[in-house]
Amino acid sequence: MQENKRKESKATQIVLITISVLFITLMLVIPLISVINNSLSEGVSFYFKSLQTEYVLSALKITLLATVIAAVVNSFFGIMAAWLITKFSFKGKQLLATLIDIPFSISPVIAGLAFIMTFGRLGWGSNYIDKINEFFGTNIQIVFAIPGVILATVFVTFPFVSREIIPVLNAQGKEEEEAAALMGASGFMIFRKITFPHIKWAFLYGIILCTSRALGEFGAVNALSKTRGETFTLPLEIDALYLSGSNDSITSAFAVSSILVFIAIAVIIVRNIVEFKAKKKLEHIES
Amino acid sequence: MYVELKNIEKSYGNYKASDHINIGIGKGKLVALLGPSGSGKTTILRMIAGLETPNAGDIIIDGKRVNDIAPAERGIGFVFQNYALFRYMTVYENLAFGLKIKKLPKKQIKERVIELIELTGLKGLEKRYPNQLSGGQRQRVAFARALAPNPSLLLLDEPFAAIDAKVRAELRSWLREMIHKVGITSIFVTHDQDEAVEVADEIIITNKGQIEQIAAPIEIYKNPKTPFVAEFIGQSSKIDDYHKLRGFEKGDYKGAIIRPEFVESFKSDNVKFKDVINYSEDGVIEDIYFRGNCLEVKLNVGGIILTTKRSLERRPIQIGERMHVIVYRLYAYDNERAYLLENKDLKGKELVTF
Repeated sequence: MQENKRKESKATQIVLITISVLFITLMLVIPLISVINNSLSEGVSFYFKSLQTEYVLSALKITLLATVIAAVVNSFFGIMAAWLITKFSFKGKQLLATLIDIPFSISPVIAGLAFIMTFGRLGWGSNYIDKINEFFGTNIQIVFAIPGVILATVFVTFPFVSREIIPVLNAQGKEEEEAAALMGASGFMIFRKITFPHIKWAFLYGIILCTSRALGEFGAVNALSKTRGETFTLPLEIDALYLSGSNDSITSAFAVSSILVFIAIAVIIVRNIVEFKAKKKLEHIES
Repeated sequence: MYVELKNIEKSYGNYKASDHINIGIGKGKLVALLGPSGSGKTTILRMIAGLETPNAGDIIIDGKRVNDIAPAERGIGFVFQNYALFRYMTVYENLAFGLKIKKLPKKQIKERVIELIELTGLKGLEKRYPNQLSGGQRQRVAFARALAPNPSLLLLDEPFAAIDAKVRAELRSWLREMIHKVGITSIFVTHDQDEAVEVADEIIITNKGQIEQIAAPIEIYKNPKTPFVAEFIGQSSKIDDYHKLRGFEKGDYKGAIIRPEFVESFKSDNVKFKDVINYSEDGVIEDIYFRGNCLEVKLNVGGIILTTKRSLERRPIQIGERMHVIVYRLYAYDNERAYLLENKDLKGKELVTF
């Protein structure tokens, strides 16, 4: 009986492993390898040349700019929102917590269109932008310009940091902060000495997730960015190269894609290191 | 009075957590706030600390009204229920935190922390993190951390709740000794009457946001002022038709509360009770429970169930056995107060008790 059961569970294990490995190979590994393979189909020198075109370099710059700004803005906003939601009680708190999650559930294209409707020529925000431009003598454009790309990227990535931090802060409770406050610690001191050490790893993890999402964003940015070489990000550039149809440009599309694949792999490695370190630290302190 | 609360009111929405609270606590006293959960005792403690603000009334510490003074300026040490130790700091850093905020010189901080570590017997644990300590050690750290900035008032919220039963008894006497050694006025919250009786000089009993009685433990035990206190303290049972018991008359009371130690039972051939056997009545043993150091016996006396304790040194008894039963005294109560009633048949008799 016992022997049978053990055999059965062993068999289940083998079947499950086989299915998982096959699935991952088919869905992830082969496509990714074929990206790399295709990108090199016209030789290494073509590969590097296609990465150095004006369009690609511009797209890379804008992608990195949008990603860095999204990460910084969302770090700040994420910590603030998580702090607010876990340490204070007020009316509408649940509603706010739900609103933060909207970018998770809404299609990015809709987000992009929403920004057009808000800041575009017909949107209610365009009047204010015009007034600001008049007042300062500037010529700020949001829709179909870099600010729009950045806004869209911030929008689709903004729940990541706060979502990572909120559970950690919830588990911690507020007694430690109260204890520090009773000793006369200032709000910032409490955050720096008591709260931040606690959320450090979750925070870093949130930033990593936010970064990788920002790098790959397509839909929302696509709605707001129309000029190749000026406002295009890497995913848009890849799309444009691919759609232009010639053999060379398709290979170029794969070459540019491979940059994102490499960045993704780097992010996964960093993520695993962070997870490992966080776990080790927790074991040390919470054993 | 060192700490005074005058006409304190506090509500959360419709829920009245403090209803007309008046308390005075003398300097150097160790006082327990005792009551069932939800009775408002923790609210009182948190208001004294400044973690909650009363809706009305005055809080006075050392002759100064502190309602509008920030918690950190009130000269208070606070021990949280789960200790709230800073888990990303070592024991040393935990103790030094409050002193660093006060911007004391490094050397002075070190001296004070070492002094506290020695006082609380934490030597050798300075570099540990809170999660590497036992429950008892954590409590010591919490206690030392609260004392570090030399507060004049120590507040403890359920200081023993997070510790297992065996260490708890040890820590109770440790804490009592420590507090008296340091000589600091202290108030602690508890729902455990044994804890309050054992540790406190004075007990404040709370119920439904109100103060029921403030007195020394023995006074609370012997002279409960209200029906709630009479029932809450000791292992009390309520009896409505107490006047059916021999030696008691029906007065203007609603009912009575009897504790096991007020009831005696003995066999008819027990010579030690021959003087009072005529005043006893018959009871049948309904149940016997072994309580470790004694037996708990349930007796049916004319339909009333009485509980008594019986020493293991006495002769064995059985369920169904007929016993003689005497009730020495009980607490009768009306809506407001509790009154001690002695068995009037026994007045002037010399009583033998085991």
